[in-house]
Amino acid sequence: MHYPEGMPSPEELRQRIENGIPGASAEVRSVDGVHFDAVVTAPSFDGMSRIERHRLVYGLFENGELGGAIHALSLKTETP
Amino acid sequence: MSEQTENTLRTAIADAISSNEVILFMKGTPEQPMCGFSARTVAALNALGASFAAVDVLPDPRIRQELSSLSNWPTIPQLFVKGDLIGGCDIVTELYESGELAGTLGVEQPTEPAPAPPAEEDGYSSPPLEIENNLKG
Repeated sequence: MHYPEGMPSPEELRQRIENGIPGASAEVRSVDGVHFDAVVTAPSFDGMSRIERHRLVYGLFENGELGGAIHALSLKTETP
Repeated sequence: MSEQTENTLRTAIADAISSNEVILFMKGTPEQPMCGFSARTVAALNALGASFAAVDVLPDPRIRQELSSLSNWPTIPQLFVKGDLIGGCDIVTELYESGELAGTLGVEQPTEPAPAPPAEEDGYSSPPLEIENNLKG
């Protein structure tokens, strides 16, 4: 599918998550370029609550980006 | 917008969170959710027969803004139980599917929980927007 210029792509999101969380691997999908599904696996999630894991990922995005250019980011977090 | 109004709003949100054992901040109302993620979260709570207060964040963007800065959570919906943020749609759905949500809410787990309905995309066929928040016990 074609992603409009200036809009985030699943590949960009994947890189951002993997660069932002040491050792993380992410699978990111989107059917429409604005709603994203991500499965993130990271060793640093170990010992963290669900809330803390989600906050860590959300923290990689600019203020207003989630709910803005990225309408929604559905997250599943796992440890390796 | 004066600083005082923002503080008043933030205080009202904090009061709502502390005075309702289970409270959901959502887009739309439990009867007419305006977003698939809010709908899915309501469905999980309803499947457990939980009673909850609900606040529609849509009538005024400041509600969402103040809520997010208060909770340190960027997205809607947000579920609070006994004053603590439980999470958004993903976490509530995970907790529902694992059976943990009933314990969190202090309700009985049904013997055969129905799977949560799939999240639908935004854009429910626009029902009239309710202006007042829907706070119910």
